[in-house]
Amino acid sequence: MTAAALRPELRDPLARRRLGRAVAAAVVLWPLLRLSEFRPSTLFDPANLHVMATFVAGFLPPATNAEFLGFLLTATLQTLAMATAGMALAFVVALPLALAATRSLSVAAVGPAEGRWRGQGIRHGVRMLMVLLRSVPEVVWALMFVRALGLGPAAGVLALAITYGGMLAKVYAEILESADARPARALLAAGSGRVGALCFGLLPLAAQELVSYTVYRWECAVRAAVVMGFVGAGGLGQLLDQSLKMLSGGEVSSIALVFLALVFLADAISLALRKVLA
Amino acid sequence: MSLRLEQVGVVHANGRRALAGVDLAVAPGERVALIGPSGAGKTTLLRVAAASLRPTEGRVALLDAQPWSLGARALKALRARVGFVHQAPPIPPRLRVVSAVLAGRLGQWSLTRALRSWVAPADAAGARDALARVGLAERLFERCDQLSGGQLQRVAVARTLYQSPRLLLADEPVSALDAATADAVLRELVGYSVASGASFVASLHAVDLALRWFPRIVGVRDGRVMFDLAAAEVTPDRLAALYAGDAPAVPERPVETTHGATPPLASA
Repeated sequence: MTAAALRPELRDPLARRRLGRAVAAAVVLWPLLRLSEFRPSTLFDPANLHVMATFVAGFLPPATNAEFLGFLLTATLQTLAMATAGMALAFVVALPLALAATRSLSVAAVGPAEGRWRGQGIRHGVRMLMVLLRSVPEVVWALMFVRALGLGPAAGVLALAITYGGMLAKVYAEILESADARPARALLAAGSGRVGALCFGLLPLAAQELVSYTVYRWECAVRAAVVMGFVGAGGLGQLLDQSLKMLSGGEVSSIALVFLALVFLADAISLALRKVLA
Repeated sequence: MSLRLEQVGVVHANGRRALAGVDLAVAPGERVALIGPSGAGKTTLLRVAAASLRPTEGRVALLDAQPWSLGARALKALRARVGFVHQAPPIPPRLRVVSAVLAGRLGQWSLTRALRSWVAPADAAGARDALARVGLAERLFERCDQLSGGQLQRVAVARTLYQSPRLLLADEPVSALDAATADAVLRELVGYSVASGASFVASLHAVDLALRWFPRIVGVRDGRVMFDLAAAEVTPDRLAALYAGDAPAVPERPVETTHGATPPLASA
């Protein structure tokens, strides 16, 4: 410690608070790690290693027979369609919610005017709704919709629309709020409405961020669509379920390669779009 | 009256007082410069006059309406008639110049018109005319991050001119510009005020510009109006008292109050 650090007027007034927060975070996280039974050592137990080795060996080579590849193609398209349709619906759900929840687009906050408390009430209500939408995992919704609508991707689409609608709305609102609010405020102060201030004040600042988050969520939606396939929503998940049950490792690794390709695709789309918007 | 402030006081949320007992009345077509040391309350006064800051004390009337007793819709319509040139241009860098200018009329446009203009500029000709007045007509379709700071400020002026307000307010509109451009931009703003009959209230730290372009000068210090005089009555003594203890922005030599010392921007 240097002499300067001991001089009281040079002591960072936030230092103690920051240290306290770090300790608190560690105290909260440690029991969570224990609860999740995370013990890395079990991975390297010789008996477990042997089981894993034979399991992994079954994966090679990937299945390439024409009949299976046909199934794989249909299933991939079905999963992509489910994810994309679900995201499109989720976007329609999220857009008005995000617009209502973003504080820097509040007209009443300029001044502030009379409607400020009402506006704050609406924002709280919308945030509650967003929590409700995303609190139940999409797989649970899918299970319920499969009961109601029968087997097939329609259940997955609806499940994605609900859960992802809530997630998109929350993150959209937060991205918009972290952008510089002054351009939007200036427009609102000159009589512009909420949507005008969004389009001409906030979107030019936040578009890149919003697009890359949306493409990333689409990538997540593809994975979620796979998981929902296990509960009867069709697509790659259902195919994977069958291959696993038949202990066909080659088919499983083919499917895994498709996952890899899809994530690469999402990444490429995201990069390209960011370049366009840069 | 275009603007009438009566005993206006502002105490910010952090408890700091910015204005106290300010009375100011501005007639239609009148031009008023606010001068005074930094931190005097000029920006706060202008924000109150623009109905974007609600005073904690006193009464405000704007274009013969009381903004803070209006409903949301009427307040929006009133704000659409008040133009404000900010000290730092509030324009996102990725916006194109044409959109930045067209955004000036968002308050007058319907939602569909605003969205249409977002997809494709609705009135490129109007935007170009406004830009021509600040000498930037040929930058119409460039992005704002390709402009210099001074050029961006001129785009912000063009936006306000395109808005065609009935009351024109400006907070240090030319502090980021070089002397010749500052003079030319003020000429355009003054020209708009004269041609349209809109009142023009601006804060300026360059006292010579204030004396040259504004017939009436209001000196502000510590949140109060120190003097409210015709430009010819503003003596060096009064300026010295206004800026006492602050870095003086007092012009060294007497400035002529005739208009038209520099060439217009469009030909520059």
